[in-house]
Amino acid sequence: MASTVVTADIPPRGGVRSLYARLRGGDEIAYLITIICAVTIFLVVALLVWQLWANSQPTVKTFGWHFILSSRWDPNAGVFGALPFIYGTCVTSFLALLIAIPLGVAAAVFLAEMAPPKLSGLLTFLIELLAAVPSVIYGLLGIFILVPVIRNYIVPPLVGTFGFLPIFKGSFYGVSFLSAGLVLAVMVVPFIISVSREILLAVPTDQREAALALGATKWETTWDVVIPNALTGIIGSVFLALARALGETMAVTMVIGNTPTISASLLSPGYSIAAVIANEFAEASGDLYVSSLILLGLVLFGLTIVINGIARILILTTTQRGG
Amino acid sequence: MLSLSGVCTVFIIGILFFILGYLLFHGAKSLDWNFFTKLPKPSGETGGGMANAIVGSGKVILLATCIGVPIGFLAGVYLAEYSGKVFAFVIRYTVDLLNGVPSIVIGIFAYAMVVKPMRHFSTLAGGVALGIMMIPIAVRTTEEFLRAVPVSMREGAMALGATKAKTIFTVVVPAAISGLTSGMMLNLARVAGETAPLLFTALGNMFWSRGWLEPIATLPVMIYNYAISPEEDLHQQAWAAGFVLLTLVLMINVTARMVISRGPAASRR
Repeated sequence: MASTVVTADIPPRGGVRSLYARLRGGDEIAYLITIICAVTIFLVVALLVWQLWANSQPTVKTFGWHFILSSRWDPNAGVFGALPFIYGTCVTSFLALLIAIPLGVAAAVFLAEMAPPKLSGLLTFLIELLAAVPSVIYGLLGIFILVPVIRNYIVPPLVGTFGFLPIFKGSFYGVSFLSAGLVLAVMVVPFIISVSREILLAVPTDQREAALALGATKWETTWDVVIPNALTGIIGSVFLALARALGETMAVTMVIGNTPTISASLLSPGYSIAAVIANEFAEASGDLYVSSLILLGLVLFGLTIVINGIARILILTTTQRGG
Repeated sequence: MLSLSGVCTVFIIGILFFILGYLLFHGAKSLDWNFFTKLPKPSGETGGGMANAIVGSGKVILLATCIGVPIGFLAGVYLAEYSGKVFAFVIRYTVDLLNGVPSIVIGIFAYAMVVKPMRHFSTLAGGVALGIMMIPIAVRTTEEFLRAVPVSMREGAMALGATKAKTIFTVVVPAAISGLTSGMMLNLARVAGETAPLLFTALGNMFWSRGWLEPIATLPVMIYNYAISPEEDLHQQAWAAGFVLLTLVLMINVTARMVISRGPAASRR
């Protein structure tokens, strides 16, 4: 019994205390609960990957790489090829970036370099609100405003002028790669702006002052000094936007036309990975059908994870160098 | 050249106001009392409302909050207050990963975990899907706002003899509470508009959904279904629902962001 008195007097140095002593203060309980929650998140993600993997095995075993390379998607015949969806996802995302990058980076330059701080704060606030608008609302506006407008006012002159290009060939029904790309562009622009703006603001003021002192104009300072400094981070913001665009579901589903075709023409209706999952999952019958859709989900998951990872690395390297 | 960048900014802000204006104009026009009190009418009949979808959205979001916020909050407390180096890095990385997962993939996960074993679509499955989506933001918000609380406050509490747990839950968390609540509201507003993960978890329902194990109607899914239907009357209802949803989301956003920008954490930004 004496020994217990002695150990109680000597403060334990990382050694063993009785369970009761550890739990008495509530400290260890709180620690345990919080760490369990942290581990839960890890388990959820592990389970997510495992579920996608395990549930898509029937399709992987049946088709193998042919799944990604084949362009025939025929649920009735039990043949599943994902190429039209992968193609549609890539085309719409790149089209969106093509429109969103110049607009977004220019706006970020304005907000970070030109606008007075108060105005910049207000405008950034409004742009962040734009990012909070649910995607189904963008889809709603896409169907009822964007599609009629481009069908009646934008595409006819476009075809009239550039109709000889393969990307503007064919008849136009309104729902198309082009409409999906435009809606996506509006949706990802806020991400490019808010991340690029922060990257630009992280460029040290010394750099700007040095360039101005050497006689550079405001524009030369921005173009030759600030932007090169922030370039990696801006590219990072673009990758972030790309990851968003790839995974975007509702707005694309509502305007892309939902036809599994591969066509060089932007005016033709198409399909995307996320859209086919959204449209067909609830009604999919048969193991192979469901597992093909889940495999598409896995492909999408893989794509976004890789691109998000690249974005994170790029953004991290610039902000750390700048700060 | 620089003024061109200003034009771009104005153009983008213009889009926002166009969206708001058009929805306000078109949505408010189609909105009436029936929208809030009546059930949807069977296809072909005009009139009816979305009372069940409004309640449904509320139920699914409530469930999601009960799942996502406690897990996210406590994990955030762990990262801000206890974290070891390697393990915390792993958790942070996982949280970022989860944040980047497309919402439709989360829907597939909830389907595989809840719908498939139970063999039917349910409110529960929808709540689980949205709950998982809430976790990453909840973790990040908690970690950020707890870290913004000055170390001196922790030291003060510790010096008075409080245990670490007591310090965290009676001093640090209350000091950050306004930021935490606003962050969680933003999180809620984000999932309130989510449609994709609900399509094949909560599914939809033309009637009231009893309990938590039946399919349930939600506002975003109703907007989607009505918008792609060929009936003009349903389009009007979709506009009205879009108006209600957007108003709700933007109101939460504006209020929460104002609270955050006034709070103690704002000086750090």
